[in-house]
Amino acid sequence: MITRSAAELADALAAGETTSVELTRAHLDRIGAVDGTAEEGVHAFLHVDAEGALATAAESDARRAAGEPLHRLDGVPIAVKDVLTTQGMPTTCASRILEGWVPPYDATVVARIRAAGLPILGKTNMDEFAMGSSTEHSAYGPTRNPWSLDRIPGGSGGGSAAAVAAFEAPLAVGTDTGGSIRQPGAVTGTVGVKPTYGSVSRYGLVAMANSLDQAGPVTRTVLDAALLHELIGGHDPLDSTSVDAPATGFVAAAEQGATGDLAGLKVGVITELAGEGWQPGVMSRFQESVDLLAKLGAEVVEVSCPSFVHAMAAYYLVMPAEASSNLAKFDAMRYGLRVVPEGTPSAEEVMKATRDAGFGDEVKRRIIIGTYALSSGYYDAYYGQAQKVRTLISRDFAAAYDQVDVLVSPTSPSTAFPLGEKLDDPLAMYLQDLATIPANLAGVPGISVPAGLAADDGLPVGFQILAPALADDRLYRVGAALEGALTAQWGGPLLGLDKLDARIEGGK
Amino acid sequence: MPEISRDEVARLADLARIDLDDAELDHLAPQLDVILESVASIQGVAGDDVPPTSHPIPLTNVFRDDVVRPGLTPEQALAGAPEVEEQRFSVPRILGDEQ
Repeated sequence: MITRSAAELADALAAGETTSVELTRAHLDRIGAVDGTAEEGVHAFLHVDAEGALATAAESDARRAAGEPLHRLDGVPIAVKDVLTTQGMPTTCASRILEGWVPPYDATVVARIRAAGLPILGKTNMDEFAMGSSTEHSAYGPTRNPWSLDRIPGGSGGGSAAAVAAFEAPLAVGTDTGGSIRQPGAVTGTVGVKPTYGSVSRYGLVAMANSLDQAGPVTRTVLDAALLHELIGGHDPLDSTSVDAPATGFVAAAEQGATGDLAGLKVGVITELAGEGWQPGVMSRFQESVDLLAKLGAEVVEVSCPSFVHAMAAYYLVMPAEASSNLAKFDAMRYGLRVVPEGTPSAEEVMKATRDAGFGDEVKRRIIIGTYALSSGYYDAYYGQAQKVRTLISRDFAAAYDQVDVLVSPTSPSTAFPLGEKLDDPLAMYLQDLATIPANLAGVPGISVPAGLAADDGLPVGFQILAPALADDRLYRVGAALEGALTAQWGGPLLGLDKLDARIEGGK
Repeated sequence: MPEISRDEVARLADLARIDLDDAELDHLAPQLDVILESVASIQGVAGDDVPPTSHPIPLTNVFRDDVVRPGLTPEQALAGAPEVEEQRFSVPRILGDEQ
């Protein structure tokens, strides 16, 4: 049962073949079997709420029995990244500074999940405050990639991706500031979507970089992502950057794509996102998927986006600048950790001691870089330039979308690397997001779809599709078409439970 | 010449209210230098004719009706506080020795 997609589980619930309590229990059992601890197992979850999930499931079953389900996904369990506030459940952002904090309010995304009746299994692990590409920057220990437990699950949303990959949850919510949904999707063989900026509410999403952050679906199939996107998306008066447009048509687009007809579609391969430093096994799977799109009727051309070479630099100025400002609220006064040095220290001394003890290295690095980029004398040369490069990148996208309907690239330059390999080499870690960052800078939507296993190491490869702002439906159409063609070629989904369990067992 | 010196990192940490000790400064300063060196390439990429972008999707000011909405109770608002006194956040003294 746990290997079924969320859409299939919803159908089984509707047909009376199973109950939400049964499904929820099955996933909780699976979590108990494979999730382990900080030291061993997948460690996708920071907090599991068995009692709450089962109570929600029982309510869902009562609604079904009365013929009054709230939503197609009513009763299908879900996991939520620990950066979204949940009333009555801890929200730590994987940081010591928020250890044990229970928010007094729900994020809008969480409120919508609850209003649709989905049991929340728990909160998933992540890099501290979503800063990282490996989930190793979690203060509570790393998540391990279910495909190979000695490798990273991607980041920052490695917990959500690993939970879905390891069949611990059929659905999860992630957040993507520079690739934190898509890159974990790529390296765990799952589907991850970063919606158009503003199309999913950020209310209750603990901000890293306001102008880049966006929550989105983490699933095993493209259709499931479309279902979840429609559920969590749409205008929210509590978020002033929320786009006033309906989040509809994604499921229909996924269903249309699944027919496998891409006639009339123009696909642009981004020439800048390839070449030296890109793993050969990633590039060959990518090329294979591009060829498949052509076989399905799409016209494929090469497109140059020359400003993308500056995207990394712009991102690592804009993001830390916004983060340094956002994280100033962790001041040891109103919530979270308070460390009091000896004597009768001032508030400022308490703040400094608390922030030193409560933040990990990567958070400190980014706060200091951001403070530097915003300080007088450097502002124009760094932050000002980064904002202008953002304009150039948006112009590149606009010019590209004049020629093509969607752009494609590998999601990540390599497959999952070994845990610890880049932990103390920030720059090498940052390069993981080379292909995903431009979309955040320009606010356009993107999806990562599993493209198979790399021949050189047998690990999953992700195929990224990007669309113009508010044309998220194209991601689902093209993603579902590719998924259908690849699944037919593999003779089944990339992730089978037997295969995966052998790997998890072998990694113990 | 390095992009950023150890002393400068110490000064920035002070501005950002993070109490870095010597070992942390030794560890972080060279890493920050490498990061800044890599982003320095951005200088001069875009000319004066390129307008800056602060938000990817153009923003307009958002107003709402001035109506009473449910808010947090004092108990909820104070629930996560490190220290509470008489239904208020209790904080350390706010003036330093020199004030």
